[in-house]
Amino acid sequence: MALDLGGVEAAAPWIDAAQAEHPSLIDEGHLLDELLGIHNVPMAVWIDERGMLVRPPEVAHPGRAVLAELLAAGLPEDTPPLLVETLAEAAKIRIEPQRYVRALRDWVEHGPASAFALGPDEVVTRSRPRPLRASQAAAHFELGQHLHRHGDFEGAREHFRTAHRLDPANWTYKRQAWSLEDPLQGPTEHYDSDWLSDVRASGPENYYPLPDL
Amino acid sequence: MVLRDLQVEREAFAARTGWELKPEGACRDDRCIPLPGDVGEGPVDVRLVADAVGMALVGDEARGLWALGPESGGRALTHARMPDLELPDRHGRSFSLRSLRGTKVVMVAWASW
Repeated sequence: MALDLGGVEAAAPWIDAAQAEHPSLIDEGHLLDELLGIHNVPMAVWIDERGMLVRPPEVAHPGRAVLAELLAAGLPEDTPPLLVETLAEAAKIRIEPQRYVRALRDWVEHGPASAFALGPDEVVTRSRPRPLRASQAAAHFELGQHLHRHGDFEGAREHFRTAHRLDPANWTYKRQAWSLEDPLQGPTEHYDSDWLSDVRASGPENYYPLPDL
Repeated sequence: MVLRDLQVEREAFAARTGWELKPEGACRDDRCIPLPGDVGEGPVDVRLVADAVGMALVGDEARGLWALGPESGGRALTHARMPDLELPDRHGRSFSLRSLRGTKVVMVAWASW
């Protein structure tokens, strides 16, 4: 599920390159943010045969540490300096891709008997807290998307900035807005924050909370 | 939910938010929250429901727009049933998540950014 204000144009090249055999859908309106509390990518939920969530939204990596592989292979000499710095910082972020996939395979094999399948109350309790400020941020983010789609880019930025201030831990709101100005999500005159500065400020160890497996 | 008017037809409000107006108040799933006064039969007064349910209502007066945020005061999930969603694939064909009932699903959120 691609959370992408850019819609098909933004997501399709990646979907085509992946040649995935599973459904690959595009959530142009960021509905999953609002409905489930998705606040960064990649995050995933597990849904059982009855349509019940058995894991809440949580950080979900495939079984490979792709970034580590990329860095180990070496970057091309003409890699932009900001990208080099960004990847170096990203490499400090803790992820446990193999552990996540092991848990997932256990659920696939054992279903509700898996220790990783949670009951409904636990799923709700583990989902993201939503105080009024988060609801306000969601409303501003939606206004920002609406204005961006209608070509009012400065109006959109006003609301994106407000969403960032109200819900600073929501990386989806930030990364989507930054990327509309600079694909590397670097500093621009439109925002007083950017990916590299914010990750350094909050600590790369806090960027992806490890799933409680 | 982006709005140009704070009076919204009931069906449209329910379709987007899941909240229906009934004699006992604003209702979703097995919960009803009383609303002040008689809600009558007409359109939804968004301000009344937003206040009662804890949905943020933010305005952009210069552009004549409002937006309604999700219910607040608890968790992002209020229940564990996956909402029915229909979203397009890369060819624009609509796909219903409900069509996957009967099989286990891992739904991964990613982005091009």
